[in-house]
Amino acid sequence: MKILVTVSEVATVEDAFEIDGTTIADQYLGADLNEWDDYAVEEAVQLQEADLADEVVTVTIGPEDADQTIRQALAKGADRALRVWDDDLADVGLLDPGTKADLLAAVVDDEQPDLVLSGVQTGDDSFGATGVALADRVGYQWAAVVNHLEHEFADDTASVRRELEGGVEELTDVDLPAVLTIQTGINEPRYASLRGIRQAQRKPLEVQTLDDLGIEGVDSALALTEMYEPESETDVTVWEGGADDTAGDLASLLREKGVAQ
Amino acid sequence: MTDVLAIADHRRGKLRDVSYEIATAGRGLADDLGGDLHLVVISGTVDDFAAKLDRDGVDVVHTVSDGEEYNHDIYIQAIEQLTADIDPQYVLVPNSVNGLDYAPALAGRLERPIVTDTIGLESDGETLVATREMYGGKVETTVELEGPAVVTIRGAEWPKAEGTGDAEIRSFDVEIDDAALGSTVNGFEEVAGGDVDIADADVLVSVGRGIDEEENLEIIHDLADALDATVSSSRPIVDNGWLPKNRQVGQSGKVVTPDVYIAIGISGAVQHVAGMKGSETIVAINTDPNAPIMDIADYAIHDDLFDVVPALTEQFQ
Ligand SMILES: Cc1cc2nc3c(=O)[nH]c(=O)nc-3n(C[C@H](O)[C@H](O)[C@H](O)COP(=O)(O)OP(=O)(O)OC[C@H]3O[C@@H](n4cnc5c(N)ncnc54)[C@H](O)[C@@H]3O)c2cc1C
Ligand SMILES: Nc1ncnc2c1ncn2[C@@H]1O[C@H](COP(=O)(O)O)[C@@H](O)[C@H]1O
Repeated sequence: MKILVTVSEVATVEDAFEIDGTTIADQYLGADLNEWDDYAVEEAVQLQEADLADEVVTVTIGPEDADQTIRQALAKGADRALRVWDDDLADVGLLDPGTKADLLAAVVDDEQPDLVLSGVQTGDDSFGATGVALADRVGYQWAAVVNHLEHEFADDTASVRRELEGGVEELTDVDLPAVLTIQTGINEPRYASLRGIRQAQRKPLEVQTLDDLGIEGVDSALALTEMYEPESETDVTVWEGGADDTAGDLASLLREKGVAQ
Repeated sequence: MTDVLAIADHRRGKLRDVSYEIATAGRGLADDLGGDLHLVVISGTVDDFAAKLDRDGVDVVHTVSDGEEYNHDIYIQAIEQLTADIDPQYVLVPNSVNGLDYAPALAGRLERPIVTDTIGLESDGETLVATREMYGGKVETTVELEGPAVVTIRGAEWPKAEGTGDAEIRSFDVEIDDAALGSTVNGFEEVAGGDVDIADADVLVSVGRGIDEEENLEIIHDLADALDATVSSSRPIVDNGWLPKNRQVGQSGKVVTPDVYIAIGISGAVQHVAGMKGSETIVAINTDPNAPIMDIADYAIHDDLFDVVPALTEQFQ
């Protein structure tokens, strides 16, 4: 079985930041492997270690800077990586999930994986939509918000649990090939070992342009027009001072409310 | 194309609240467009559901009786056929776990763009202006999209539609292609049981990823002991296996409404807030003054939990 994992690099924001037009000013931004994709990579690597998968390939839509994040996934055990990028993409402000799915679909067509593991959502844009949109593009079955995958694929199906609201899980069988969007907590993502990090440097990381994928130009359906800090819904009282002062203020409030008396 | 089609959400025989909220969101958009609001409820006891969904502002409730529980292929086929019939400008879907399971594929099938997890919507008939958050709620954005679209709406953002309407209830016949059903639901399981029910607690000391290491949880337990309170947490603490699932507050954990909720090192992501915003008094201890939890907190300490929490415990010893 061949597994393709969609891996995104997400922007992280420092505590104090400024908005510059419709983006957060560069100096307040960092980058990281998307939390949900970390779990997806781990699940794929575990399937490989259990001899259920023979190849784990990652795919990322992103500029060259994303290579550091891609190498993280390789260091954790993926075999090789693909990165989709084109100068045309740099001009698109916010890539909508449909457009991301179109690009990823071209890769699925080339690679023909049996299973695609995607994350439930990105931590920055949080559309929560790209995996299922991809499944539709390539005609695969799918399941969203999967927090358990049975490591046994009887009759070409994947048995999963979908995490619904309110502590309820749905037990579902999905025909393969399929796209699963992976929820945090499904496993315990490993830290890359030093050996893994060294090996990752030598693993193949291939860049594909729109031309290579046979796609003629992209145009995001979403135009980002404004960005601002949300207004507070409450009249929050902020206690100031050192920890002893603020803890004292909170203690008084709690006593007032009859706590611990 | 001036109509709006909104999809109801239900599970195991009950309509979920978002079904009434989506009626309000849908009415707003239909008013912007000068058109009708259609709801559709698919699978299960649809006649009973339809009677409940007939609230103020709803013009038509369509029922599709195929299927018992949610199955994404039945939903998509039904909505696709209904969309062809009534030609709505916008198809509104709840941003629930099931909504996220079918809406993106539905959008593909309808060849429409999708925007998800919206918290505000306006349209002039051609351009949809949607408000949504980014970066875990640190900022809000507006995005615009042109023409017909599929839109998911966040729960608990719009008020529920009330009253009794005079909607027309129409049974809609769908041709289900059984060969295209590629998944089977075999059952459900409740997973957050156990000895402690955090929903019963008057005071919750709730810990998040700011605690950093499992060993550090000790200071949280010490505080809870001193306050005679119960320990709960955000999701990462449970994902890491540091506390059992029954301690998780939020969308996929428990909904709690204690007298006092002390959020310690919790950012206040929407899925967490969904489980605790009904608390009477919310106190947040967080180094980040811009953390979204501050937007719903009544009292806040912008400081390091490793300084504040032990100092607070001391006050009660
Ligand atoms: C479908 C779905 C369902 C979900 N269900 C749930 C759910 O039920 N419950 C839930 O909680 N989440 C849920 N989530 C996850 C949610 O999106 C967030 O990822 C999660 O709530 C973040 O937890 P956190 O606030 O503890 O961590 P973070 O967001 O990482 O926040 C940590 C906070 O700690 C602060 N901090 C760091 N160090 C210190 C310090 N020394 N002193 C004080 N403060 C400090 C930081 O400033 C930050 O604000 C769900 C997500 C999805 C997609
Ligand atoms: N730029 C990207 N490159 C590769 N995969 C992505 C990208 N963006 C999103 N994905 C995948 O789609 C999932 C959901 O993303 P989103 O729909 O943006 O919330 C992520 O967890 C990734 O697995």
